[in-house]
Amino acid sequence: MNYQIDHLRELESESIFIMREVAAQFENPVLMFSGGKDSILMVYLAHKAFYPAKIPFSLLHVDTGHNFPETLKYRDELVERFGAKLVIGSVQEAIDNGLVTEEKGFNASRNGLQTSALLEALEKGKYDAALGGARRDEEKARAKERFFSHRDEFGQWDPKNQRPELWNLFNGRKNMGEHFRIFPISNWTELDVWQYLALEDIPLPSLYFAHERKVFKRDGTLLADCEYIQKRPNEEVFTQMVRCRTIGDMTCTGVWESNATTVEDIIQEIATTRMTERGGRTDDKRSETSMEDRKKLGYF
Amino acid sequence: MQNTELLRFTTAGSVDDGKSTLIGRLLYDSKSIYQDQYEQIERVSEKRGEEGVNLALLTDGLKSEREQGITIDVAYRYFSTPKRKFIIADTPGHIQYTRNMVTGASTANVALVLIDARHGVVEQTKRHAIIASILQIPHLLVCINKMDLEEYSQEVYDKIQNDFEQFAAKLDVKDVSFIPISALNGDNVVHRSDKMNWYEGSTLMHYLENVHIASDHNFIDTRLPIQSVIRPYSDEFHDYRGYAGRIAGGSFKIGDKVVALPSGFSSEVTRIVGPSGDQDVAYPPQSVTLLLKDDIDISRGDMIVRENNQPEVGQDIDLMICWFDGEKSLKPNGKYALKHTSQDVRCVIKDVRYKLDINTLSRDQEDKEIKMNDIGRIQIRTTKPLFTDSYRTNRITGSVIIIDEGTNNTVAAGMVI
Repeated sequence: MNYQIDHLRELESESIFIMREVAAQFENPVLMFSGGKDSILMVYLAHKAFYPAKIPFSLLHVDTGHNFPETLKYRDELVERFGAKLVIGSVQEAIDNGLVTEEKGFNASRNGLQTSALLEALEKGKYDAALGGARRDEEKARAKERFFSHRDEFGQWDPKNQRPELWNLFNGRKNMGEHFRIFPISNWTELDVWQYLALEDIPLPSLYFAHERKVFKRDGTLLADCEYIQKRPNEEVFTQMVRCRTIGDMTCTGVWESNATTVEDIIQEIATTRMTERGGRTDDKRSETSMEDRKKLGYF
Repeated sequence: MQNTELLRFTTAGSVDDGKSTLIGRLLYDSKSIYQDQYEQIERVSEKRGEEGVNLALLTDGLKSEREQGITIDVAYRYFSTPKRKFIIADTPGHIQYTRNMVTGASTANVALVLIDARHGVVEQTKRHAIIASILQIPHLLVCINKMDLEEYSQEVYDKIQNDFEQFAAKLDVKDVSFIPISALNGDNVVHRSDKMNWYEGSTLMHYLENVHIASDHNFIDTRLPIQSVIRPYSDEFHDYRGYAGRIAGGSFKIGDKVVALPSGFSSEVTRIVGPSGDQDVAYPPQSVTLLLKDDIDISRGDMIVRENNQPEVGQDIDLMICWFDGEKSLKPNGKYALKHTSQDVRCVIKDVRYKLDINTLSRDQEDKEIKMNDIGRIQIRTTKPLFTDSYRTNRITGSVIIIDEGTNNTVAAGMVI
């Protein structure tokens, strides 16, 4: 008898284990859904973890109002397929209510404003655990993140005061007003995610596959031409075959020159690529420690 | 798709023994570094006026760490080859960071111990090896680094190997291997060195790709700690009642006679539902849902086992613990919260037997104050019975964490003796 499982099945079982712990240890967990492949993977894993019962978490989408339209279409179809409950935290609303002030100028992005909208939505829904699809291979601040990440009553992350995590014993105890961020796919890499999506034949938003789009170049990154980004006079728009490697707000998600039209093409592309996936994220490039700084304030 | 195994290993070391360079080298030579990452460290190396690109910068930490010039915490790194996917738990090796080494070691298949060829076996080497043995890491790999600074001398290598073996004879380690390397030049890391023809063993990468880890799990003592009971309450699955959890040992097959603890009721496995649907057999580390023939009362914290192979059931438990809390030391007679598999209980510290000197392995029965980073043997009594195996036979059913009920912090890791 060969009692051996491959790395994708081991990661799958680990993530399912974490999700079941969350359902058991917390009263009101919520799954943060961005519309990107990692959060799509999370929804599928949650479905497997509790099948044939329904996913016991609502899906929370922090809507910047600057989404790719494809993202919203996919989101609504997914919610319907799994009979999940969708909650929307709106950045536009946060701006209208004076909670945050919109950035102005060429590099204006609502990415940073998401933090306030997220914290507001978590407070409003009285969620005590927020599941996210962040992975440790994405960025060096995330390399030190826990599966169960404790946040104080201001939603802040303190990298010096994280609880040690041993074996598979997860300590979700907290005081009133505090909450946890939970990262069940911490140990997956970008390639693992794609291999698994292929293995399980999971449908994805069209944005991930190469398509023709009007784009322009800024600081070496291709950005989609849209009404939300103010172009500089010398920035020329041209049409190009591109795809997204990550999906976020239109203002900060770079697109990549690519001819990959199937998941298999994408796996091939990633296996041979020479750039990290967040290499196209202008929000990470603001400074060398921008992710660490945003995480401390309560970013995803 | 290829069938690749997952191997977790832990490294420990101080700033100057070449640990970061070695990890950087593994990532770089296995082509796990992207161009933008490489360009970034190239720029930083240049700015600092270093000769060539400093691969150690790849594992450079957070701003708060750089400001203080220390590594605070366990960092996880990933790389893969066509054969295996690797997770490195990279921990600082200084005595203050025993808790991090313990954390990284708790899930590792392999402990990679680095020795600087110029200094040989030092206190830190011993400490790391002792932790690897207490945490029962199945494989210990000793890399003798900086061989380039000792003219790739076989004599130097032999002496260090000999010293280490003499010391390790006192430890409970099953499988020890040695490799002479130069992380800086890449000798015997991924590529074979042409400067040490006297060495006939494998390179580090070859070792990592081939060390036998399939039997690192316990496949004998069948255990399923229950995380939750799945009840859909829908018309389609009206009578469905599934017991969800991750297999902690042994294997379950359809038709197996099983017993639920603590009730002691027996039943039979009728279905095993895994992530991909029904399966005939389940084993570690799979997450599954078991369905039983009889409708018996089972809830979170219970354990499903085989009739003829049961864990210890008891409230008085002997533990080896590592203390994590920097503010308060272990309170004799103190009460704490405790987690074991999916059980949450409270416990009282009945006795502190001794404190272990982790440099010499001697037992201190005079000074029994257990402070941060100390390892000691204690006895506890729990409010409810736990279903345990010794940590030696099962790392999952043999481990606990102890939690301060005031701060909610995890203050100790415990291993059942």
